[in-house]
Amino acid sequence: MKIAALGIDVGSTTVKMVGIDAAGEIVWHHLEPVDPRVEKQVDSFLNKLKQEINSLNNIPLIATGYGRNLVHQAVKNITEITCHAKGVYHQLGHGGTLIDIGGQDSKVIVIGTKGQVVDFAMNDKCAAGTGRFLENSAARMQVPIEEMGTVALSATEEVAISSTCTVFAESEIISMIAHGVEIEPILMGLHRSLIRRVVAMVRSVGLVPPLLLSGGVVKNPAIRKVIEEETKEQVFLPEHPQLMGAYGAALFALKLMAS
Amino acid sequence: MGITDSLKYYWNVKVVGQPFLHWQRRQAERRPKVSSRWRSDILSPPLRIGAKTKELISRHYLEGRYANGHRPVAWVTSGGPVEILQALGFYVLYPENHGALCGVRKAVVEIYGEAENAGYSTDICSYARTDIGSMLSGKTPVGRLPKPDLLLACTNICQTVLHWYRVLAKHFEVPLILIDTPFVYTKASDHALEYVKKQLENSIPIAEQVAGRTLDYRRLKEIIHLSKDATELWLEIIGRGRHHPAPMSVFDQFIHMAPIVEMRGKKETVDFYAALLKELDENIDKGIGAVRNERKRLLWDNLPIWYRLRYFAENLGEHGICVVASTYTNAWAELAPLMNLEKPLDSMANTYMHPILNQGTKYKLDTMKRMVEEFQLDGVILHSDRSCKPYSIGQIDQRNLLIQEYGIPALLLEADHDDPRAYSEEQVASRLASFVEMLDD
Repeated sequence: MKIAALGIDVGSTTVKMVGIDAAGEIVWHHLEPVDPRVEKQVDSFLNKLKQEINSLNNIPLIATGYGRNLVHQAVKNITEITCHAKGVYHQLGHGGTLIDIGGQDSKVIVIGTKGQVVDFAMNDKCAAGTGRFLENSAARMQVPIEEMGTVALSATEEVAISSTCTVFAESEIISMIAHGVEIEPILMGLHRSLIRRVVAMVRSVGLVPPLLLSGGVVKNPAIRKVIEEETKEQVFLPEHPQLMGAYGAALFALKLMAS
Repeated sequence: MGITDSLKYYWNVKVVGQPFLHWQRRQAERRPKVSSRWRSDILSPPLRIGAKTKELISRHYLEGRYANGHRPVAWVTSGGPVEILQALGFYVLYPENHGALCGVRKAVVEIYGEAENAGYSTDICSYARTDIGSMLSGKTPVGRLPKPDLLLACTNICQTVLHWYRVLAKHFEVPLILIDTPFVYTKASDHALEYVKKQLENSIPIAEQVAGRTLDYRRLKEIIHLSKDATELWLEIIGRGRHHPAPMSVFDQFIHMAPIVEMRGKKETVDFYAALLKELDENIDKGIGAVRNERKRLLWDNLPIWYRLRYFAENLGEHGICVVASTYTNAWAELAPLMNLEKPLDSMANTYMHPILNQGTKYKLDTMKRMVEEFQLDGVILHSDRSCKPYSIGQIDQRNLLIQEYGIPALLLEADHDDPRAYSEEQVASRLASFVEMLDD
């Protein structure tokens, strides 16, 4: 394994690190839930890698994500918008409209024909339309987050969740449960509510096909299905949807080394 | 008007206050001090005129503090036809300007909290909430605001002012003059102009009665003349942003625009802007830009985020980005050609019908397009202002159309001009950082 460059994405929920070879292929990656002591966690990531490949000398590291400023080992910081666009474009080989649903925010990025960011939109000042919306609701219904999508898809009917506010949606769920509504239709309604918020962002920047998806939330199968229903577009996924920010950062590091 | 109050006014304002402020300004001019927090590595030193701006604003509020009983006092909306009141000798207070000052001084949360505690919704404009909070509690960072003898609200900026000023009228039990300006979709009709003129005419006897004197039309003309002169100078000043590098950023304009809003029709305002223009021209000759190493130039749409002006100036300045033009500061300049002192009331009706907020969204889009071209801009920041709906409506379409036509990035930022609770810095920082990367791409 020959690592030529590294990228790290310190998100609000998880930390992802990717190592790529000189051809820009992912040859190593590691993911952990984020630790409040980010600097210590990044050290442990690097130590883990060092044990595997002996030396990290001359391997440039670029950081992205909310915690990127805390990664003192990085040679440079780049925002997650630019990194996600770079990673997805490189992996899929074309531009389009990328939806990235993260723990703390959701982004819609229009990627140009050369992989550049043409436009972007993010949810503002509110957790509605983010992974946290589902996370909170999953906890309220005692459904493990990993199973949420499958449980939602097993629903034979769906209820409408009118609150877009995460906190109020929780109150709405409590009230529905109190009225005897089953968990499955509520879960499906929650997915619909989340995706409608995200699709509104897609519409605000204008959908340039194909529609692409990245971020940890894509492991949830209901997300992809509801996006396709709401947009009437087929959704394409990169091979490692959760690693695209870190991958893009690594690609920038590779380019930096070359220049 | 009482003799004791007049004596108090002369002593506090003329004998003690004004000479002190004058001395303070002279000291600041002789030994200009740059705050240790000023980012001299990325921004040029503050403009010298800043000492004069401070003196003018302080003096304005000092005069207000002792005005009751000495002069009639009027509270007016920012787009209000103030010249008639000036000619009648009113001390004129602009609650919106006061709100902005409270924002800059970071005093808003405590003041509008008073309005919210009294039941005013957080969905109401933060200027209105700040003003009502101040009205109810007397809280202000400027010492004391004078009570109004007359209120003047003009609907050319929004409809909120109508309800806001009714609250003031009820509280202070004083007459309210309402000037209703029909919306200009494409062109102002003759009957609409006539309608506004009629209202202006009707307002004169009410204002005269409160002032206890008759309107002198010669004085009115002089005041319109001074208003026009100052507005023309301001137009020239903001036009200096066309130079590379721009000698003044909009964050400076937001501060130095205070006199054009609240001190129109005064000789000292004309002198002030003449001095500012001179300083900018000197800086242009020396090649001094507001941002050292200016690489990119932006447009700002909508009101400022008053409590974070420095943050934006520094955050963007760090990347060699200068915001050189804004639709907001332009709004106080672009009406200069409409002012005609030969026909005072007709010209006032025409002028006060045409603020940007009383015209269709296409007008704003066209203004932005013109600015992108004339000022050779690389991008646009549109502040979606929770408090100012008339300014924010249409911004998503305006943003998309600017991107389409000019191929430049445009960023929509959600915030509020005076309510820090509707502003999330971490979110703003991440959007600004991505936007900066797009500008460099």
